[in-house]
Amino acid sequence: MKFANTEATVYSDTVVRQFAIMTVVWGVVGMLVGVIIAAQLTWPELNFGIPWLSYGRLRPLHTNAVIFAFGGSGLFASAYYVVQRTCHVRLFAEKLAAFTFWGWQVVILAAAISLPLGYTSGKEYAELEWPIDILITLVWVSFAIVFFGTVGTRKVRHIYVANWFFGAFIIAVALLHLVNSAAMPVGLMKSYSAYAGVQDAMVQWWYGHNAVGFFLTAGFLGMMYYFIPKQAERPVYSYRLSIVHFWALIFTYMWAGPHHLHYTALPDWTQSIGMVFSLILLAPSWGGMINGVMTLSGAWHKLRDDPVLRFLIVSLSFYGMSTFEGPMMSIKTVNALSHYTDWTVGHVHSGALGWVGLVTMGTMYYLIPRLFGQKKMYSVKAIEVHFWVATIGIVIYIAAMWIAGVMQGLMWRSVNADGTLTYTFVESVKATFPFYVLRLLGGLLYLGGMLVMLWNTLKTATSGRAVDVQIPAVAAAHA
Amino acid sequence: MDILYLLVPLSVALVFFILGGLWWAVNRGQFEDIEAEGERILRND
Repeated sequence: MKFANTEATVYSDTVVRQFAIMTVVWGVVGMLVGVIIAAQLTWPELNFGIPWLSYGRLRPLHTNAVIFAFGGSGLFASAYYVVQRTCHVRLFAEKLAAFTFWGWQVVILAAAISLPLGYTSGKEYAELEWPIDILITLVWVSFAIVFFGTVGTRKVRHIYVANWFFGAFIIAVALLHLVNSAAMPVGLMKSYSAYAGVQDAMVQWWYGHNAVGFFLTAGFLGMMYYFIPKQAERPVYSYRLSIVHFWALIFTYMWAGPHHLHYTALPDWTQSIGMVFSLILLAPSWGGMINGVMTLSGAWHKLRDDPVLRFLIVSLSFYGMSTFEGPMMSIKTVNALSHYTDWTVGHVHSGALGWVGLVTMGTMYYLIPRLFGQKKMYSVKAIEVHFWVATIGIVIYIAAMWIAGVMQGLMWRSVNADGTLTYTFVESVKATFPFYVLRLLGGLLYLGGMLVMLWNTLKTATSGRAVDVQIPAVAAAHA
Repeated sequence: MDILYLLVPLSVALVFFILGGLWWAVNRGQFEDIEAEGERILRND
């Protein structure tokens, strides 16, 4: 079969470049909003009485910006890069790929405008109203056509494991988005969910946790399986294990969601199913984590002088930590203490800042110089600084939230001999104050690191130039 | 919990879809000589 992309002699990197730059830009924006709302929680006066700047409206802006704008752009960039490099073919339907870039940026801008104005469907991580949801669907279907079209026209017989992770991420997110966002519009920016009450809650967390599993895990594992071996210049520790990791993860993921609804109106047995599936997930998660880290086996010295590799490997240790903590927190008795406390916030951020953030930054430090015809980033020293500032920031953040969370849980459940509560709620808020200050400090450090990255990225881009990369001639055996 | 009438069949359909993917991959020889595939990405791209 003849397709335009299979005739081409150079890779299609324009869209990769665009997404890579925007990953860094949206990272700064999303983390800045995070720092602002962390400050608002500490000093509520910072809401200034202005509705558009109030915590309730900025919080979804923060989550959407870091997950879908920063993380999403990083995933688009790396999926488009990896699928071309491992299939030895240019992107399929390039115009559609360009549409995914501009379409995704419009989605992000629409979110940045509509959320502060107060338009929301009220579903966590799926707040955007129906017209934006339709645009997301169009962009996502185009993403699927470009990605699977490229895999379908590949010139290498074997489909590299990273592509399986990216493929699963694309299909699962399409399904989750369509089911959870089903709604009846009653106006241009107002709709009602197709589900009601506890049914809606169940669909919402089926979506919510699978978004963690497929958007924030499977997609970034695709990154991990390509960029760690490339940066370490060693094949993945066990390729066989990576295949087992993939199938085990996608077969077992779908039912962890109910652990978000422990001790609610959701039937007990459904909660227990959610807990059991969450515990099962520990096995594939740790299998993958160990596989990634052990890729360095025999070459540990590389960690000492390669800050990019350090970003990637440390991200995996945070992945291992949060995929241990998550199943533990899903155990009902543990959840009775942790639920609704800042421990949950700490857990999310050890995954988000530690795993998703660091692996994306490591990947971008690998990609950006290559996309601009350079061997390495403008300043390797600055990568080093970024790594330490970010890591210290994460540790301060999650340690503060652990202490705050356990303290809140203990205070809320404490009862006097006569059965009355020992503490009022506001006493637990007061006791949390110093930890909110510490969390803000951790967030500021993390944001500071991101600003260093932005400077380094702009310097690298302006001192290099966009280059076309030749597609290697295909070895006959694999044609 | 009427919602389970949607979510459970959806999961079952998904499992069959994933099994189909696995079956396709195994039969197309995707998993033959797989350790060599891990090394190939390091050689050229």
